[in-house]
This record gives sequence, structure tokens and C-alpha cells, in this order.
Amino acid sequence: MTRPKGKPRKSGRFEFTRWAIHPALLFTVVLFVLPLAMMVVVSFWQRVYGRLSATWSTANYSKFFGTEYLLDTLFNSIEVTVVTTIVSILLAYPLAYILAYKVSPRWQKLILIFAVLPFWTAYVVRSYSWLLVISENGIVNYVLLNLGLIDQPLQMAYTRGATILGFVHFFTMLLTLTIYANLVQIKPSYQKAAEDLGASRLQVFFRITLPLSIPGVAVGAFITFVIAIGDFITPQILGGSTEVLVPQAIILQVSRAANFPMASVMSITLMLVIVLVYALTAKHQKMDRV
Amino acid sequence: MNWLRHFPSTAYLVIALSFIYLPVVVLVLFSFQDGALPVFPFTGPSLQWYEKMFGNERLVESLLNSIVVAVLSSLVTTVLGFLAAYGMARRTPRFAGGIRFLLMAPLTVSYLIIGMGLLITFNLIGIPKSLFAVGLGHVIINLPLCFAVIYSQFGDHLRNIEWAARDLGANDTQTLLRVIAPIMKPSLLASFCLSVTLSWDEFIIAFLLSRFDVTLPVIIFEMLRAGLTPEVNAAGTMVFAISMLTIGVGVIFMFVVAREKK
Repeated sequence: MTRPKGKPRKSGRFEFTRWAIHPALLFTVVLFVLPLAMMVVVSFWQRVYGRLSATWSTANYSKFFGTEYLLDTLFNSIEVTVVTTIVSILLAYPLAYILAYKVSPRWQKLILIFAVLPFWTAYVVRSYSWLLVISENGIVNYVLLNLGLIDQPLQMAYTRGATILGFVHFFTMLLTLTIYANLVQIKPSYQKAAEDLGASRLQVFFRITLPLSIPGVAVGAFITFVIAIGDFITPQILGGSTEVLVPQAIILQVSRAANFPMASVMSITLMLVIVLVYALTAKHQKMDRV
Repeated sequence: MNWLRHFPSTAYLVIALSFIYLPVVVLVLFSFQDGALPVFPFTGPSLQWYEKMFGNERLVESLLNSIVVAVLSSLVTTVLGFLAAYGMARRTPRFAGGIRFLLMAPLTVSYLIIGMGLLITFNLIGIPKSLFAVGLGHVIINLPLCFAVIYSQFGDHLRNIEWAARDLGANDTQTLLRVIAPIMKPSLLASFCLSVTLSWDEFIIAFLLSRFDVTLPVIIFEMLRAGLTPEVNAAGTMVFAISMLTIGVGVIFMFVVAREKK
């Protein structure tokens, strides 16, 4: 091989297509890689009398992991996110299954689009609209009071349950989409073969359909986890200030105390949790199958 | 007794769809409320809250800000994504795998963390909080998706047309702008619409990186401090309607793309 290393110059003229990829790369490096690197740097700096001081130490990390109320935000976040993910899967799986197997093909796409349309409802407004349903004078309390089932309005808004409700509503739609996309790719011949060999309908489901649909569940669950654990709006609007999750704690550090080092520590911790979850679930998420 | 056999499935479908649509219906319904509280009993319909909303200067201003940020940032994103997709598909660079990974990486990081990183960086290098900063943030969160959507359309079926253009004497730049770009129009428009929708709806980056001029989601968040009011319902209904419209247009372009592929 005697080909020269660089691309042969066709003409002396400038061809900007040669640099087609570079603007996007420049943007990604300057607006993504550099900021993340800066965040790591700042997490080792100190805040002295309200100003950033480039004194290197791990003090912020030991403060975060050593202070109970700060560390609790991490445990709260993980608990809420895990419960959200599990409940969303349990609700979304039957929906995706019914769409894929019980609804005639003509209607499948239409109902699916209909079922995930509110996914695009304005994000801030979506949480707010749940307040209309569950707040003290909201619809649920109105109905229950008028039916005489309760004497006092139930306190549903501004609790952990409300946060989870808002999340589950959102992610059920997302998971329905990923699970459905996986289910319709399973070849019907597998299920037929199992039936011919004498498997009952339950056996077909548990030994054929369910295992083959795990990638769709895993991908959806991972996206759910990533978005939910980094979400500020839903816990802020629906959960109120009864308990603080990490994103709320980060915003508090920034807006109240202008404590960028501590906010960076929390952000990096969140990222590490996400990386860890990815590492644990990666082998189940065969993206190409979804 | 066919319907009996289907009953559990149908029931689940109806319940699930009701759950999904309950808050949306309540939101829209009570934006037409004729009273001070967006809760039962419904006394309407009335358009008074829409009137109030459009009389709210700060809200109208933020609506325009949102449109400007969404359109401009999406234009930049689509152009960057298109060029990068072309470069990746036709002038496959060295370390192509690594570059693709880098371009897609922002997708795997929470908006909150990207926003925090930008806030810290802009703070250190002295870019003030502004709509410009918000726009930059929106470019970086939407770039991976635009790149992926457009890159997926650079199939080999295009190669013959490109070679034909070159045989007829077009140079690379001419081929890109006068042959490839027009053919790619549906996917360019689809990725533009996708990007507009996401930017239009984005809260946390806009919240962190703006100060005096803000976008609509930030204003709505501020309005929530006043508690439940039908005005927020009206604003929310409008945001929802515009999202639906953009998504609808985007989906139509996607269908055009899918049909042309066949």
C-alpha cells in the first residue's frame, strides 16, 4: 500500500465539505465536554465567603457523603426513581401487550399514537395538571366528598406519592412505546411452535414472550431512570418541600447559596449513579432490537 | 360472545387511556372556567382567562422569547446536524466510531447536569445569563437527535445521484447544497420540528441560564407560586396546542420520509 496518508488534493480550490463534521464537533466539545470537565474541576474547589476559590480539596465530597440531610436526598431520589420505574413497567407492559396482541393491526398504530400523545404535553404543565386532580379541592377529593366516602379531603398533593404519580403517568407512556416496539418484532412462529409443542398460554407468555421482550423493558427502564432521577420539576411541583430530591437540592445550592462546588458534587454523584445503572443493565439493553 | 373474551383487554385499555388523558382533559376543561379556581364545579365556558393571559405582558413577551429561542436554536442545530451527518456518511473521518459516540453523548446526560455545567462554565468565562445562553444550551441537547435523524437518511440509494452530479461537473460543495440538501428536505424539516418541540418545552436549562428575559415554561413555573388559577390552565393549554401542532407537522414529514424510502 503506497497510498498517501492524507486525502489527495483534487484541486487547489477550497472545499468546505471537508470540514462538514467539525462545527458539530466544536459545539459538542465546547458546550458539553468542556462544561462537564469544568464541573469536575469546580467540585474540588471551595466556596470562601460566597466566592469561588481555586483551592483543591475533596472537602465538598466528604461534606456531601458525611452529612445526613444531604446524603438523604440521594437515597430519596434513588427510592423514588426505583419505585417509579417498577410501577411504570407494571402498568405499561399489559398496555403494550394488549396493543400488540389483542388489538387488530389496523387500530394498533392509531391507538398507540393516541396513547403516547400527552407525552408531549408541556412538561411544566403536565405536573401542574395533576395538582388539579389530586389537590385538596381537586377532582378526586371533590368526587369522594360528594359520594360521602370521606369527611375530610385527603392530603395527596405535596407528598412522595404525588411525585411518583406524576412520574408514573409520564413514563408509562414511554415504556409502552419501547415495550410495544419490542413485542411486535418477536416472530409469531416462536409462540406458535411453543403452542404446537403443548405449552399452555401462560407457559408461552412466561417462557417465550416475556424473555424475548426484556430488551424493550430494559431500554425503557433505563431511559426512565435517567430522566426521572435528573428531573427537578415533578418533585418540585407535586412533591412540594416535604422531602428534597437531588435535583431540588442542586437548584437550592445554586439559587439560595450560589454554592457551585456543592452543586457540582451533587451533579457528578447523579451522573455516577446513572453510569452505574447503565453498567448493571447494559447487557440486557440490546438497543438494536428495539 | 366475542366481546366477553375481549372484555379484560378492552377494560384495561380504557382505564389506561383514561389515566393518561385525565390530567390533560382537566387542564383544558378548566382553562374555560368562569370562576377564580380551576376546580369543580365547572362554571363555563368562558374565555376570560385567555383574555387575561394575552393581557399579561410578561407572559406574551416570554411566549415570543420561546418562539425565537426555539426557531433559532433549531435552525443552528439542524444545519450542524446535517453537515455532521454528511461528513460522517460521505467523508467518513478517522476515529469515526469515537466521533459518533461523542456527538451522541449529550443524550445520556440529564438536562439538569448539562445545564449546571453550562452555568458554571458561562459564569467562569463571563457569558451572562441570557436567551443567547439558553439557545446555546438547546443546541447542545438537540444536536444528537438531529444528527441521528438525518444520518439515518444518508442511505446508499443517494450515492448514484451524487455520483451523477459529480460526473456532470458539480464539486462537493455544489453536490451538497444543490443535490443532497433538496433531497433531504423532509428529514431536515422533521428534525427541525423535533428540535423546536423539545426546545419549546424545555425548562431546566432555560431556568438556569436566563435572568431577565425568560421563556414560557419558566414564566409558567413562576406563575405556579400563586397556586392554582385558570390562567395557568389557559397558558398550559396553549403550550400543549402548539406542541401538538409542531409534532403533527414533524410526523407528517416523517411519513414523507418513510414513503420516499419505499
